[in-house]
Amino acid sequence: MTTTGKSMDSKNGILNRETDFQEFVYQPQEERLFLNFGPSHPATHGTLRLVLELDGERVVDCVPEIGYLHHGFEKLGEYRTYNQVVTITDRMNYVSPFNNNLAYILSVEKLFGIEVSKRAQYLRVILAELGRIMDHAVCIGTHAMDLGAFTALLYLIRERENIYNLYELLTGTRLTVSYARVGGFARDRGIPADFMPRTLAVCDGLLKTVDEVDRLLSHNSIYLGRTREVGIITPAAAADYGITGPCLRGSGVPFDLRQAAPYSGYEDFDFDIPVGSTGDVWDRYMVRLEEMRQSVGIIRQAIANFPEGELYADSDSKVILPPKDDVYGSIEGLIHQFEIIMLNRGARAPRGEAYIPTEAPNGELGYHVISNEGNGPYRFRVRPPSFYNFQIIPSLLRGRLLSDTVAILSSLNIIAGELDR
Amino acid sequence: MNELGFAWIDIGILLLKILVVIVVNLVILMIMEWAERRVSAFIQDRLGPNRVGPAGLFQAVADGIKFFFKEEVVPTGADKWLYTFAPLLVLVPALMTFAAIPFGTTLELFGRAEPLQIVDLNIGFLYIFALVSLGVYGVVLGGWASNSKYPFLGGLRASAQMISYELALGMSVIGIVMITGSLRLSTIVEYQNGLLLGFLPRWNVFLQPLAFITFLVAAFAETNRLPFDLAEAEPELVGGYHTEYSSMKFAMFFMGEYIALITTSALLTTLFFGGWDFPWVDEKALGIWGVLLSIAAFALKTGFFLFFFLWVRWTIPRFRFDQLMRIGWKVLIPLALLNIVLTGAGLLFVH
Repeated sequence: MTTTGKSMDSKNGILNRETDFQEFVYQPQEERLFLNFGPSHPATHGTLRLVLELDGERVVDCVPEIGYLHHGFEKLGEYRTYNQVVTITDRMNYVSPFNNNLAYILSVEKLFGIEVSKRAQYLRVILAELGRIMDHAVCIGTHAMDLGAFTALLYLIRERENIYNLYELLTGTRLTVSYARVGGFARDRGIPADFMPRTLAVCDGLLKTVDEVDRLLSHNSIYLGRTREVGIITPAAAADYGITGPCLRGSGVPFDLRQAAPYSGYEDFDFDIPVGSTGDVWDRYMVRLEEMRQSVGIIRQAIANFPEGELYADSDSKVILPPKDDVYGSIEGLIHQFEIIMLNRGARAPRGEAYIPTEAPNGELGYHVISNEGNGPYRFRVRPPSFYNFQIIPSLLRGRLLSDTVAILSSLNIIAGELDR
Repeated sequence: MNELGFAWIDIGILLLKILVVIVVNLVILMIMEWAERRVSAFIQDRLGPNRVGPAGLFQAVADGIKFFFKEEVVPTGADKWLYTFAPLLVLVPALMTFAAIPFGTTLELFGRAEPLQIVDLNIGFLYIFALVSLGVYGVVLGGWASNSKYPFLGGLRASAQMISYELALGMSVIGIVMITGSLRLSTIVEYQNGLLLGFLPRWNVFLQPLAFITFLVAAFAETNRLPFDLAEAEPELVGGYHTEYSSMKFAMFFMGEYIALITTSALLTTLFFGGWDFPWVDEKALGIWGVLLSIAAFALKTGFFLFFFLWVRWTIPRFRFDQLMRIGWKVLIPLALLNIVLTGAGLLFVH
């Protein structure tokens, strides 16, 4: 402000562009290089941007920028019915779509006051854990690729392909599954007979690949040199920035919403929470690797104890489509079907708000849904893990080398679709 | 013999040898481009290119045609001359290096004894190192002349890396020069004929194991291959020094890199694995079959190292810049110096 005052004195109150704004325009020191790391860069895996100020190879400062993949998901949701919003949630974290479906649908079911059957809960757990495995596989794979170990990526992508096949078998789609619905699932053809055996087979193959990647990377001295003591997040810093998920557990905090606030029947399962010790890139990698093994354990438990019963909520609740026999065979069923699929009809939730936090692959994911007695959300707001995890990047990068940028960025696993929404 | 002291037939044979070496090099280059992708596919549980020709062998031809028809883009503000000159500076010295490497025993045909080597320089060794060092300038100039930040960083990394590792590369071979007493590559190969302790081939790898390790690591850095491909490190620098290059200019960088790889493999064979020597066999006594055997032995050993380069590339991660410099200056160079001292002590003990 002093400069402005000075110029007022000097030249009839007209600001001098050359001298007066110098304090406000950021002047880089000499011999510094500004590098646009993104929005289109091989290591960003999505479209996010870091503006790096470099002194040689060393990062002096970093300004993260978001908004390159903004879709306006939250606003779009206000013009859709509760079930239509599910397709939007898929596209936020496109690496583990079902986990997004689940987080949204749990909040909506709380609004409606519906409790789905154990059978449906267990199927949701299986799908969510498959999603977690996919997300971790892609994260570790791209992380390894960014450090030059391209082969680990393709081993893990092969496993993701198997999981995609499972999703295709069950839901008919591979990437954007949009499978969850209020009170159950999308299609009323039930679970294919070979879904469970194939899931178990995929899990067996997955464990082998995880071990293979473990042998290939975990104790490779070059890999250790690149990841040990790099990008350390202390537990206090993690709490300050609101970091959750594997990044928090890598810092040694055993916080997992699946055990801290169980949802969708997670209280029935027995699994460990892997934690790191120093909170560096290597710890985050090891936590993810171990979580994939734990997820396989959860899936096996769910399949072994898969409950009998109904997969869908009762038709009388008027939230889920009636069985096709009813639609074609009875007038009530037909009316019920139309009541749900017509845009100006549909199931209406009572007035209120709901938020259920879930443990998505990258951390706490929750949808705060507000109902105004309409057939869709009056407003909904997402708590995406990537947005919170992204904030810590400048403090991790300062003073590190340019090569550490890719290691740190990929270990935080920032999904741009979720970051910008 | 004419009045200038040479026979025209010598020049003819020399030109023929140059032609054969260049053509063979280019053919291996094409095979390497295919092999890189097939081997990586094999390692990564994929198929790799298998459409063009039998098993995709003509993939390189298709790629070449593609490169020819690509638009040539020169970035705004690029130094046009240096920008064009840089790829040449990588490719041409890489091709020239092979001239001093013996790829077979002496061929005796029609009463003429013809060594299978383009020129048998008495300073063959220095010649090769001089040309290898020239290749650095191509990378540095390419990075600088592009007038872009990522290539600039790549060029800077390349200059620091290659200059540091050249020292280690040169020092690790001094032990061999001390044993052999010659810089002439053919003498070094001749020296490695025969047996050690009655059963082991007398290759330098057994006499100089430490030098072999330092040379191998330095060779990876010198050829810009993973784990030392910091100059082009894709996830960090997009494409490094050749980010801004397109069309044939890019292809020339690409070719230069692979030819350097072939030359380095051939050099590793020559210096440490007995060159064209096939162990337990006296090639000179077998006549024309001995010559063929020696060429086959040389090709086989070089091929193994080419595969080794691919194998390593698709297995391990990349070093960081400070780690790279630390290994170069604090590990490799002291080890190479230690090797010189040890070799000297050994020679003193033997004589």
